[in-house]
Amino acid sequence: MENKVKREGAVIFSEYNRGDAVKKAISIGREDVLFELKESKLRGRGGAGFPTSTKWMLTAAAKSDKKYVICNADEGEPGTFKDRVLLLEYPELVFDGMVVGGYAIGAKEGIVYLRGEYEYMLKSLQDYLEEMRKDNLLGKDILGKKGFDFDIIIRLGSGAYVCGEETALIESLEGHRGEARNRPPFPVNTGLNGKPTTVNNVETFASVAHIVTKGGSWYSQHGTDKSTGSKLFSVSGDCKKPGVYELPWGTTINELLKIVEADNTKAVQVGGASGLCISKSQFDRQLGYEDLGTGGSIMVFNESRNMLHVLKNFMEFFVEESCGQCTPCRIGNVKLLEGVEMIEKGEYTFNYINKLKELGETMRISSKCGLGQSSPNPFISILENFKEEIFNNGKGGK
Amino acid sequence: MKENKETRAPESQKGHTIEKPKSSEGIGSMVSIEINGNKYSVPLGTTILEACKQNQIHIPTLCHHDDLCIAGVCRVCLVEVEGMRTLQASCAYPITHSLKIHTTSPQVRRARRHVIDLLLSEHYGECYACVRNNNCELQSLAKEYGVDQFTFGHVSAPLFEEDKSSYSVVRDMNKCVLCKRCVRTCIDLQEVGVLESIYRGHETRIGTFLDKPLADVICINCGQCINRCPTGALKANDPSDEIWLAIDDPTKHVVIQTAPSPRAAIGEEFDLGPGHSLTGQMNTALRRIGFDKVFDTNFTADLTIMEEGTELIIRLYKALVEGDKQIALPQFTSCSPGWVKYIEHFYPEYLDHVSSAKSPQQMFGALIKTWYSKKEGIDPANIVSVALMPCAAKKYECNRPEMVDSGYKDVDYGLTTRELAQMIKESGIYLPEMGKSHFDDPFGDASGAGLIFGATGGVMEAALRTIIELVTGVKVENVFENMNIVPVRGFEGIRYAELPIEKVGPVPEILKPLVPNWDWLKGATLKVAIAHGTANAKKIMEDIKAGGKFSECHFIEFMACPGGCLGGGGQPIPTSQEIRAKRAEAIYNEDASLPLRKSHENKHVLELYNDFLTDGPCGHISHKLLHTHYTPRGKYIA
Repeated sequence: MENKVKREGAVIFSEYNRGDAVKKAISIGREDVLFELKESKLRGRGGAGFPTSTKWMLTAAAKSDKKYVICNADEGEPGTFKDRVLLLEYPELVFDGMVVGGYAIGAKEGIVYLRGEYEYMLKSLQDYLEEMRKDNLLGKDILGKKGFDFDIIIRLGSGAYVCGEETALIESLEGHRGEARNRPPFPVNTGLNGKPTTVNNVETFASVAHIVTKGGSWYSQHGTDKSTGSKLFSVSGDCKKPGVYELPWGTTINELLKIVEADNTKAVQVGGASGLCISKSQFDRQLGYEDLGTGGSIMVFNESRNMLHVLKNFMEFFVEESCGQCTPCRIGNVKLLEGVEMIEKGEYTFNYINKLKELGETMRISSKCGLGQSSPNPFISILENFKEEIFNNGKGGK
Repeated sequence: MKENKETRAPESQKGHTIEKPKSSEGIGSMVSIEINGNKYSVPLGTTILEACKQNQIHIPTLCHHDDLCIAGVCRVCLVEVEGMRTLQASCAYPITHSLKIHTTSPQVRRARRHVIDLLLSEHYGECYACVRNNNCELQSLAKEYGVDQFTFGHVSAPLFEEDKSSYSVVRDMNKCVLCKRCVRTCIDLQEVGVLESIYRGHETRIGTFLDKPLADVICINCGQCINRCPTGALKANDPSDEIWLAIDDPTKHVVIQTAPSPRAAIGEEFDLGPGHSLTGQMNTALRRIGFDKVFDTNFTADLTIMEEGTELIIRLYKALVEGDKQIALPQFTSCSPGWVKYIEHFYPEYLDHVSSAKSPQQMFGALIKTWYSKKEGIDPANIVSVALMPCAAKKYECNRPEMVDSGYKDVDYGLTTRELAQMIKESGIYLPEMGKSHFDDPFGDASGAGLIFGATGGVMEAALRTIIELVTGVKVENVFENMNIVPVRGFEGIRYAELPIEKVGPVPEILKPLVPNWDWLKGATLKVAIAHGTANAKKIMEDIKAGGKFSECHFIEFMACPGGCLGGGGQPIPTSQEIRAKRAEAIYNEDASLPLRKSHENKHVLELYNDFLTDGPCGHISHKLLHTHYTPRGKYIA
């Protein structure tokens, strides 16, 4: 499979040799690793943007005979494919980041939860891990550091979108149905098999490898104040150059559209199915936690696209991919989809559509996990940002 | 990778039982919180729901059940915690630091109403055509939140066919709200694991392995899922229509035997609080309904003690005196049909440990269509034998193909407490107002030992009352105050007791054909154990497998249901630890008030041995009618 890296930036794709981060980590010690991480102000690259150093410090502080480092490679958000590129072409970044994680929090076991559809790369990843073992980057007394044992295994997912949610991922790893857990307790205390666990995105580990090697302040000089470093964006849709781009945080949508050579753009879905859909008037908004935080999925829609169809597609996705355990997500998404179908047929009242928007607001705050909390996003944002197009379709409501 | 192999429950359901704080004493163990602007102090780790309950602040719930671990899935109990972006499920949120909580803010009220509206939009069925009408948590929630229309629509036709395959439990998934209480009951409480969520997203529903009918999976029929279902999605397989037909048929002689537990709980169906025994009133009502005879299952409970106790003595004698290595010890009780099916599925290799004595229900069935019919001159073909039981599994038990030793189906129908209450109401009777009356002869009123079969530990206590007297010759009341063998009582999931036999007495007449003397028991220590709820039974079985202390026991009582029969799957809904304790209290109080409290002193039982079972306990005739065999089923269904 061809990987379309269209733009290599100064951070993630900067120079790196296998083992660099591990060597550095051992030389500076556990506390300094966590310190550099804090300095870097790195935030989780899966989309939620939780400060990585906080997560690691909590896991490091938790007392337990066993801890786990889990790499969330379940890359299931529609429109994102940057983790695939990292795993296939830069596995040293990801795996070294995990080893550093094991060192920092005191875990001996690392697990990559690999998206089921990525099974084709399993063999090459395992071969790579074998090489690392030969080089003593995995195994016992890593690089001669007494007592520093760490190894990585790879587990395959089975195709459920919800298993990208960290607690559902852990359930799945334990052999159970993929369903999000109640939080608290959080995985940093009660994770896999009830043990302290840190779950981080592929890109987060890759960033860690650079941060530890080059320093937290080196990293934080890139990007913006609250969104340091750079980000990999998976760009797809109506543009001439779809692919993976490393761009500094703070890039505007307009700038991005220019880079990917998109013309006649009507809408950009930022953050995948669960993200926000913005219209032309908002293209000067910045990518970054201050404004448009995202796990990196960017879908471009040009003037030829019917936004109601776009929305319907997203809602169908959530109706199917809800894990089905909590009421707002399981049934709420169906009601929102029904609303879209009503609009499609012109058989709706504004009163009812407004009720559905209220329902969407409830789903955002009452669903059990991030899936249900973000699934109304396209419904709310598309109906708001494209109301002219959607409600003036000649069919009209009552 | 899985470290805790003991637990099969998903972490999302099981792992999150929030441990009750051990003590509220000491610095730092209390947390100051604010609920709706008022200040409270609660022990660290208390859930928001619990904290509100303690302070008389009502929070609606649906998936929450005190017996079960936390799920946090229905989202009805949402509250607002200041500083948090999302609302929190109060049932699942442990208070570990100072919080400001709002339980009825506008967004909380709107969210709860939305959740209820969503649930109603997918709940098919009309309340007045539902077994749970007026006792349904979804209905109550709709009322509480003033639902007067279906905001998000309502299903107009059933989507799923009812699963009526099981003799015990009927599943109607059209009414299911996916609270997973049944799943948690089956997995956590019972460790059977027949029910789980299947499919995903909007297609999610509760199903069995490969979505097979309930009769074709390893369901033990305990019906605990029914007791915890908030709606009418789960109910017992109700035979009352057939029973009415029999009652209305003048050619049929309809008899009913009544187990000890229903009488201690049926008042709850008539708005009495738990803990009222209505034995005499129920007898009168049953005759008023039209049953020709009303018998006491405690009679065959007494008989069970004679048969099962004798069997134990025979096993001990063969093992200890004759050195027969083939004898299976400890002996397991066989009264609970849920337990019997459990061991048939999960530990079939241990079936020879199960007493061959039938359960009291089935002993009675066999006697009614043989001895009784002959004595009364009634053609057994015209007898309809009904068993009032606290139990769903009894319905299955009476339909076991081997239960036809009388030449007929020994027991025709198993009727639950709930179903009888319905029949009583339908007859225009308000039960608590009925006059009291006794049970009918020739079985008469039975002993308190038979009565306490209804509580966990009761079979053991009844057996010990008899064994102690028969072996030592000492009156049991001289060993245990008021005849109450306290060490085997209580609600701990597993209990263990040792009774040293210091002296022995003469062998009573009835056992003389079996043992020459008791000298071989002198100085021995009788070791017994009790488990209720099959999750606890599993712990004992695993211990026995590993050669642990329970493998040294002589006799173990197993009850499938938490609390024993009084917590059975046919008992009034709701159930809780507190309700079950009250029912137990009612049973023990009634036992204490009875003139006869030992099975071996039941003169009707002794008459039966003189008159009919003439070769004594475990003799030839009794073996033909009162004993049975079991089926090794295994866990894997073809």
